[in-house]
Amino acid sequence: MATIEVNDIYFTYPTGVEALKGVSLTIRDGEFVAIMGQNGAGKTTLVKNFNGLLRPSKGKVLVDGVSTKDVSVAKLARTVGFVFQNPDHQLFSETVEEEIAFALRNFGFDAATVEKRVTWALNLLDLTDYRKTSPFMLSGGERKRVALASVLAWDPKVVILDEPTIGQDHRQKENLRQFIVQLNEQGKTVVIVTHDVEFVAECSPRVVLMREGMIIADGEAKRILTDTTLALEASIVPPQIAQIFHGLTFLGLPSDVIDVSEAKKILVEYARGSQG
Amino acid sequence: MSIIEAKGLTYTYPGASKQSLQEVSLTIEKGEFAILTGPSGCGKTTLCRCFNGLIPHFYAGELKGSLKVADQNIKEHTIGEMAKRVGLVFQNPENQLFALSVEKDVAFGLENLGMPREQMQKRVDWALKMTGIEDLRERAPHELSGGQQQRVAIASVLAMQPDIIVFDEPTSFLDPLGAQRIFEVISDLNRKLGITVILVEHRLDLAAKYAGHVIIMDEGRIALDGEPREIFSSEQAWLLGVGIPKAVRLWRLLEESGIALKGVPISSDEATQHLKEVLWRR
Amino acid sequence: MSVFEGFRFRHVTSPIHDRDPRIKFLFVLVIFVIAIFFIEFLPLLLLFFLPLPFVWIAGVKRQWLRSLRGAVFLASFIFVFNFGFGYLYRSYSSTASLLEYSLAMTLRFLVMVGSFSIFFLTTSPDHLSLALEQSHVPYEFTFAFTTAVRFVPVLAEEAQTIMDAQKARGLELERGNFLKRVRNYIPILIPLIVSAIRRSLELAEAMESRAWGSSPKRTNLYVLKIQLGDVILLVLTIMLLTLGIYARYFVQIPQLSTFLPPLPF
Repeated sequence: MATIEVNDIYFTYPTGVEALKGVSLTIRDGEFVAIMGQNGAGKTTLVKNFNGLLRPSKGKVLVDGVSTKDVSVAKLARTVGFVFQNPDHQLFSETVEEEIAFALRNFGFDAATVEKRVTWALNLLDLTDYRKTSPFMLSGGERKRVALASVLAWDPKVVILDEPTIGQDHRQKENLRQFIVQLNEQGKTVVIVTHDVEFVAECSPRVVLMREGMIIADGEAKRILTDTTLALEASIVPPQIAQIFHGLTFLGLPSDVIDVSEAKKILVEYARGSQG
Repeated sequence: MSIIEAKGLTYTYPGASKQSLQEVSLTIEKGEFAILTGPSGCGKTTLCRCFNGLIPHFYAGELKGSLKVADQNIKEHTIGEMAKRVGLVFQNPENQLFALSVEKDVAFGLENLGMPREQMQKRVDWALKMTGIEDLRERAPHELSGGQQQRVAIASVLAMQPDIIVFDEPTSFLDPLGAQRIFEVISDLNRKLGITVILVEHRLDLAAKYAGHVIIMDEGRIALDGEPREIFSSEQAWLLGVGIPKAVRLWRLLEESGIALKGVPISSDEATQHLKEVLWRR
Repeated sequence: MSVFEGFRFRHVTSPIHDRDPRIKFLFVLVIFVIAIFFIEFLPLLLLFFLPLPFVWIAGVKRQWLRSLRGAVFLASFIFVFNFGFGYLYRSYSSTASLLEYSLAMTLRFLVMVGSFSIFFLTTSPDHLSLALEQSHVPYEFTFAFTTAVRFVPVLAEEAQTIMDAQKARGLELERGNFLKRVRNYIPILIPLIVSAIRRSLELAEAMESRAWGSSPKRTNLYVLKIQLGDVILLVLTIMLLTLGIYARYFVQIPQLSTFLPPLPF
């Protein structure tokens, strides 16, 4: 069943910038999709059309079969959760607890459910110790977790994360990656907007590559991220493993490798093969 | 010849419960390109703020130990005086640009120093050329992309002709291509003008190949300090949770499987080269 | 956020835009002062039409008219106020003269709005701050001014992002009674303010790092030089002031009613 259906949409900002020029896309229940491309390619504009923050000037977007033009943002938000890039753009409450409860109250959950859900979300993101802490007292990474918890609390079917890896160190990215993969394995539809090729190379989702308001590729991560023509067109830097293998194709080695462990396996096999 | 010498630097932000710097000692040689990295909260940003005097002059709190930058004792000189020798480029491009045109922003520091107009104009022209943004001269900062803004920030620091430039995660908000371009500009400044560079970065995949010196911090202390290949290939670096370049990770995995490469590759080109030599035996 | 569009100063050059802001300001000030000299309709009408050639040369017709349109509400209030009070307290000789007086006061207000409007429409913030600096206004104020202008579009964008982020958490800004609507803006204002504070700190760090305050005598990359056009404008200004003073003290200004057919009142 298609959760999000994008039918040939166009979008122009009031300033006159045409950000989307004929985009079509279908995201099914439970998929894990990475929308990629250079800064300014239209990635964020596209995903903002998924929850009604932006509505296409031409064409339409269907969420669970209903056009986004017919539903309010608040209503769409129940199905499509959006975690913004900068957590400081949403934190305003006195305690982490209040922050997480905010959306739940907006959606009309009763007090008992709010309490339950808040506890669950705190636990999920390892924030139980900070329940009564002011979100402004927390570190950058902790604030990001609060923002994430506040969106997951209402259990939306789809979770969109806009550039979740910015400013994160290696370990934080690792934890995030594992968390996202787990979310997806539990049945959530996950959409990440990112330019971080290495991050994508490690979790291998479906990749939708954009350039200047259009989708130029849609498919397997390893196929798209190793295609040098596409990389040039979309102005992205291929993952380091892909770059390494690009120089080794003359040895007969495959060129669509993005994962380190896979790379090792292939090279070891090749070395043993050429010895014997 | 060393241009930065830190001995036993210890610092706590006012009101903080933990020390941000604990007995930090290091030496940076003139003309070096050093990478400073480590997990979030390790003290890298705090250390950067010491290099140009923001600590202890802008941020209160006592700085223990000694720090000499470009022959100046950091405690005895104002930030303004240090600004002539060491520049600092920050993470967020938007919040370093004040003026309504690029040219005026690049001149900002020089105006503060009271430089005569003709000399200023020449410096501004030179800085714009060195960073490749002459065509952006009349533009307003808000119209520029993140990468362009960062180059303006670099130009405005460069215009003051410091001996050292410290870059605190300058590519955080940029995409990989934008980041690469910034690293190339920084590398140019280091090689062509001999400016000592200290680059704080998480994206070691892209930046490692430029460095001749790597320092890894953890919990306010210096954990590792040495030559890039040595550091990245060490067990300790791996345990610290730093973003070791994939090329090094591959090298290690191959080593463990009995395939030895000629050296530790810190860039994809190096890795490709080493692998060719080992696998192409005919 | 169309209000903020006005702050995006486009790079226009015209003989008016290039004029020294100090001379332009003097010109506008003189118009202002002369407007106060007169309570008669005719001179004020002349003053109102005076900026028109400048508006036309500068190519800012549309924006200028828009600024006047914005003043219409207040202008009509002034008219009603003057006419109403005059009528109630019967402080006038005839209805016709009261009508003329009220129209004149309204026109005076529009003259002031119109003249200041053309000043701001033809002076870039850069130019203005340079004029302030050279007029020996302390640099701290000029800097605060330019930095504020520079960040207006940034803040506007941020406000939009914050609104989007909170809307995506179910915040409905349009719903509820007046009190509830005001409270709904708290999740927008707090992040905006916190962000502004953080931004100020980062800006301060960057300023210090570029030697802010290190030299007692701050220099400037640009300098305003008086040109021929500025001299001409200055001469025009002085002529205007002289004419105005002369007209006030030595010329009998005819009432509007002398030009119109006799009115029923």
